[in-house]
Formats: sequence, C-alpha cells, structure tokens
Amino acid sequence: MSNTKTKKGFERNLKKNSMGATFLNIPYILWAAIFIIVPMFIVAYYAFTNNAGEFTLDNFNKLSLYRDSIIDSFVYALVATVVTLVLAYPFSYFVARSSETVQKIIMMLVMLPMWMNLLIMTYSIMNIIETNGIINSLLVSMGFDKLKIINTPGAVIFGMVYNYFPYMVLPLVSVLSKIDDSLLEASADLGSNAASRFWRVILPLSVPGVISGFTMVFVPSVSTFYISQKLGGTNVNMIGDSIEALVKSVNTIHLGAMLSLVLMVVILICIMVMNRFSDDSDGGIVL
Amino acid sequence: MENKKLIQLENISMSFDGEKVLDNVSLSIADGEFVTLLGPSGCGKTTTLRIIAGFLDPDEGEVLFDSQRINGVPPHKRKVNTIFQRYALFPHYNVFENIAYGLKVRHVPKNEIKERVSEMLKMVNLEGFEHRRVSKLSGGQQQRVAIARAVINHPQVLLLDEPLAALDLKLRKDMQKELKNIQKQLGITFIFVTHDQEEALSMSDTVVVMDNGKIQQIGSPTDIYNEPVNAFVADFIGESNILDGVMACDYKVRFAGHSFDCLDAGFEKNEAVDVVIRPEDVDIVPSDKGMLTGMVTSVTFLGVHYEIIVDICGFKWMIQTTDYCSEGETVGLSIEPDAIHIMKKSEYSGRYGDYSSFSEEMDTMSEIPEDEEDE
Repeated sequence: MSNTKTKKGFERNLKKNSMGATFLNIPYILWAAIFIIVPMFIVAYYAFTNNAGEFTLDNFNKLSLYRDSIIDSFVYALVATVVTLVLAYPFSYFVARSSETVQKIIMMLVMLPMWMNLLIMTYSIMNIIETNGIINSLLVSMGFDKLKIINTPGAVIFGMVYNYFPYMVLPLVSVLSKIDDSLLEASADLGSNAASRFWRVILPLSVPGVISGFTMVFVPSVSTFYISQKLGGTNVNMIGDSIEALVKSVNTIHLGAMLSLVLMVVILICIMVMNRFSDDSDGGIVL
Repeated sequence: MENKKLIQLENISMSFDGEKVLDNVSLSIADGEFVTLLGPSGCGKTTTLRIIAGFLDPDEGEVLFDSQRINGVPPHKRKVNTIFQRYALFPHYNVFENIAYGLKVRHVPKNEIKERVSEMLKMVNLEGFEHRRVSKLSGGQQQRVAIARAVINHPQVLLLDEPLAALDLKLRKDMQKELKNIQKQLGITFIFVTHDQEEALSMSDTVVVMDNGKIQQIGSPTDIYNEPVNAFVADFIGESNILDGVMACDYKVRFAGHSFDCLDAGFEKNEAVDVVIRPEDVDIVPSDKGMLTGMVTSVTFLGVHYEIIVDICGFKWMIQTTDYCSEGETVGLSIEPDAIHIMKKSEYSGRYGDYSSFSEEMDTMSEIPEDEEDE
C-alpha cells in the first residue's frame, strides 16, 4: 500500500536510467513481430482473399453458416469456465491457506497434467468414459446399467474443465495467498463472521485473480477443437473444429482464416469487457 | 475513573511449537484505564493483546471480560477493537468505506453510518478525505483512518498493537498526544503494546513491563521508573547504573567500595542486592569532595545535557550532567540518599549495569536465559 509510491518512483528511475534496457528489449520485439504480429496480418490477408489472391468479401458472407457453431462454442466455453471457477475457487482458497510445503506439493500435483500431451490426456479420458470404458465396466461389474457419457456435451465440458483447471488455479492461488491475514483479522475484529469476511474482504480482493483465471480458461476454451472432437463426437460442433477442418484444405483455407479472425476479434472484445471489470474493482467494489 | 475491573487475565499460559510464550500471566485492567504492555520483542506482549482480542486462545488460564469468561468467544463477538501494527486497512475500500465497515457489518442504517463516519473524520482531522483510496494516504493519515475505523464501533476496550512503530519520530510524538486525547475524550480502556519505553511512560496510567513471557512489574510510570523491581526493569526503562551492593543494615548500603546512606529498609543484614542509580541523579563534584572518584573516559553532547562515562575501579558509570567535563579529567561523584534505589537479587542480576560496552549489553538483552527459567 504505502510502498506503491516508492515502487513506482523506482520503476520510473529504472526506465529513465537504463538505455541498455531498450537495447535488451529488441530481441523480444523482433520475436513478437515475427511470430505474433506478422502471422496475424497473414491471417487477415487470407481472410479477405480467394485462391487467386484477389480481394473478396465472400468469406465474410459465408460466416452465417457457422453462426450456430460460434454460439455453441461460446456457450460451451462459458459453461466450462464457470464450472472451472466454481471448482477451483474453494480449492485455491484451501491451497492458499495451507502451509508452504503443502502448497508446493498440491501445486505440483495440479501442474502435473499440464506436462502431459493433450492428445494422450484426451485419449485417456476417452478410455475412462467410453461406452465400454473403465467407468462403464465398473458399473456393469457392480450390476448397474451402462451410462452414456462419451459423445455428450457433459463429456466435452468435463474434458475442458479437466484440461484448463490449472490455468484457473494458478492466478487464484497467487491472489488469494497474497491477502494479508491481518485484513481478515481486522475484519473479524470489526464484527465480521466467516461469511461476511468472505463477501466483504476475500472475494473483492480476489477479483483480479478471478478475472485473469476466467480469461485464461475462457479464451482457450472458445477455440478448443481436439477435446470436443474426441469427447463430443458429432454431437458437439465447436468453432475450433470447423477451423481445423477448413484450414486443412487448400480450397477452404481462406474461409478458415476468416473464421479465426472473427474468433480473435470476439475474444478480444470479451477480454476488454473483462478488463473493464477488473479496473472497476480497483476503484472499490460496492457489495 | 471507575475502578471496575473490566478485563482480567488469570494464570494465562501459551506456547507456540513447544516454546512457552506466556508463562502464568495474570493481569487485571480497570475500566477507563490506559494500560501499556511494554517489553522487548518476543516478550509476549503482542500475544497477550491477541488473546484479549480473541485471535488466540490461551492454552491455560481464563480471560474474563466484565467478570464473564470469554475464552473461545470469537473476535467478532467481543466488545473490543484493535488497531493493528500495519493498520490493516482494506485496500479495496476508500476511507469512508473503511471507517464504515464495522457499522455496515452490523447493518446500522445508512444515515446513521454517514453521520457517525463524518463525526469520526472530524475527530481524526480527515474531513474531506471520504473518497480517497487508502493507498493514496500517508502513514500518519492511514493511522488516523485505522483509529477511526476502530473507535466508530464504540468499543469498551481499544487494543493498540504498536500502532506508532511505523511512523517517524515527529509524527509519533504528535500521535501519542492525539491518542491520549482520544482516550480521555472517549473515556474507554486502552491497552497499548509497545517496545518504546518513552512512549509507555508518557502515555500510560499503568505500565506492565514484560519479559520472557512473564510480567516483571506492574505500576504507574513513576513507580516503574523510580522503583524498578529488578535489574531488567531498571535497565529497560531509561538508563541506569546497576551495581552489586550489600545492605549493611537498614538505610545503609555498601557498593563501589563505599558505604552510602539510602532510604531503603527491610532487607536482611548483609544481604546481597542490586543498586540502581539513574545517570541524572549523580552530581559531579571536584575530585576531593566526591564520595567516589574516577576518570572521565567519554563525553557526548546530547543537547539538553552531556552524557559522560566515568570509570571508577573498572566500572563505567553513565552520568548525565549539564556541566562540561573533559575527557581524561578526574572527577568526584556525589550521590544523595534518595538517588539510590535498592532491588532484591533476581535472575537478571549481573546481566546489566556497566556502560563499558553498549553492544555487549544488546547481545545479552536478546538472549533468552535458559538456566533459571524452569522454576
């Protein structure tokens, strides 16, 4: 709190003093230009041209064909993100409140699946929830009926939640563990019970973590393609799958580029809206 | 000031990870009293405060509030409020919302909240700061918000955990006065934790000197200063020359190779005692007229007085005087009977006293004596 001022001053000095810093930035700027900015222009170029390389709005006009699949993608992503948040918040709170050793071990376990290849992970999940998979074999051996799990929207949501859970936990734990115990004590001291402490202190102070976790899960969820294909079968058609299919063929790559571009723009708008929320929270959330 | 006992601690003991932090502490605090818990870091003063606030539950002993046992009562149900060392203001609320917090939690009507908050802002001189972010305030202003946030709830007891430690000297002095005024104005009990003896002496009705998880002495500031019970208290409160002495008989004490008249009695004949002489109570006289003579080894000018060190048979005395002496000069010391304070020997005997090395003294202060501790 009180150090922010000095910290800012320090940062300003750093910036002013070191001409070398600019120099050191050059590789990163180059990297960003070559691998991020240039490809975006290429996507945009493809989106507004045809096979002959002529300017066209055809691709834009064909977008309406994919309207449902775009909407579906956003709905799925939203549901998956909300489910992830609901599961991850209490979990992160527990982790943030535990001792440092416990925290390290749990975070390690949370990160473990991230080291595994997405394909392998998805195949494993398939194995577990297939019609003749592990869950159903177990159910049958116990005398129950088989459940239809794979190729349902629920399976896709499960896959997404499973895959993106760590991306929600990381920012949440980092924000929650930074909440000073003395703030909770102060709040208890001023008459807050556990519930009131949560709503008035913990939750508002964790908003930045919620926003960043939400973004980090929502954005990749919207453009998910592999998980939905494998776990949702033909019942779930997400925009990521459509893009993948379109880009694979030379004839439709331009339409695929247009879809990607639209997806990017929509996601950008979403992020901007969410950032607006977090800015507000800095100014003090009124509950 | 009423003398009703508001808070009583009875035989409180507390350990963290097997280390005893409080050892059989008993303390009774009257309604409207300004009590200071004073001691070096790790002495158990903050733990005591946190037990009263309800953040900690003692392993043994009873906490009574208004004669009711409150062990296990959570902090939000206690009629005490705390001012935290680092203020612990809510960073996501502005000044108004911080101060209003306690009232909002208790669902006080909006109009009343507004009224009481502006009353508080007036009291702590922060009118017009309602909508400031707390992170944009200076340390002193944050301190005032913390005070207002606690006091607005009309607590019967205000607990202050080293509230001034983070402020610079000038501001600290101002806040000391201001806190004292607020306490007088509200007439409520203040329990103030500090390691700053000057702060304790200037603000309190009662000072509780703690060390090593035990209460060493409870008394008014003058008592604590003039009649310390042992070498620890004598050394911690102010400067003091602590010498080994022997009570020859009542009103006669022998130390530094001489016999002195004193005002203390009730010791056994030839009982070994600790003798405390405050540096400002020693008069410098020409060497032929002194009861003791020694050589000046260092002179420091401190504005109000000189602080000089006089070596008498290897024992370095600290003396504060307005008369200038030069280094290497031989001077005499004259000590009046009322300048001599006699203390019984304690576990602290022999650990303080000489001014030959400040750093050595610091070392022993931070050490925890283990030997005599168990009894």
